[in-house]
Amino acid sequence: MKVEKYEKIAKDFKPETHKIRNAMIAFVVGGLIGLLGEIIIEVLCHYTHISRSSAGTIMIVIMIFTASLSTALGFFDKLVTKCKCGLLIPITGFAHSMTSAALDYKKEGPIYGIGTNIFKLAGSVILYGIMAAWFFGMIRFLLGGRI
Amino acid sequence: MLFINSFLFCGAVCLIAQIILDNTKLTPGHVTSLFVVLGAFLDSFSFYDKIIKVVGGGALLPITSFGHSLIHGALAKANVYGIMGIMMGMFDLTAVGITAAIIFAFIFTLIFKPKN
Repeated sequence: MKVEKYEKIAKDFKPETHKIRNAMIAFVVGGLIGLLGEIIIEVLCHYTHISRSSAGTIMIVIMIFTASLSTALGFFDKLVTKCKCGLLIPITGFAHSMTSAALDYKKEGPIYGIGTNIFKLAGSVILYGIMAAWFFGMIRFLLGGRI
Repeated sequence: MLFINSFLFCGAVCLIAQIILDNTKLTPGHVTSLFVVLGAFLDSFSFYDKIIKVVGGGALLPITSFGHSLIHGALAKANVYGIMGIMMGMFDLTAVGITAAIIFAFIFTLIFKPKN
């Protein structure tokens, strides 16, 4: 079969990607997560009288806990396939990548399964985060910048 | 006002990521790494700090905030200890997120069985 003919047939069977709908879903879901984070901070500040920065820290831990738990329970993956970036870009995606990688390789044992694979997906975020922070930090420091 | 700003900012970051993901061949791994670098870049001239002041909690949640906290902790230590402070303070602010993610991921992996 000719290549063009194959491509023509394959195109008909390709699942249609609704780019605009995907983008709107990502916007709404991501926005709701941001709103939820702000609500948690306001509630914590209101009821426990801690500072805003420590309330932000507690909020991040709550978000990571929720994302890890729902990944382990199995329904976070279904949500991710529907909402994509709305859930992957907030810190929930970081927790999800670690928990799902650890769960996938659980059967290979605690060291070579969980231990070596827990950072499989999250490792790139940490690596490039540190390299970028070091590089830009050096530039800022050598230019004499002060926080 | 902070609630609306949080919704708009966090939503806008996710929207940009989704547009990049749909229109290029990059995978979610590429996009998250790109956004961490972007966060570090934005904070190298304290721009992200201003965003956090205006937006509030919504700016702490996207992965760009991870890059921001890395460089923010590094520069805060660098002010005190000089050039070695950049390495000393790198994890100061992100330690909570990384440690929490490791602990919860490990505990839940031990408790639950993988689905399908």
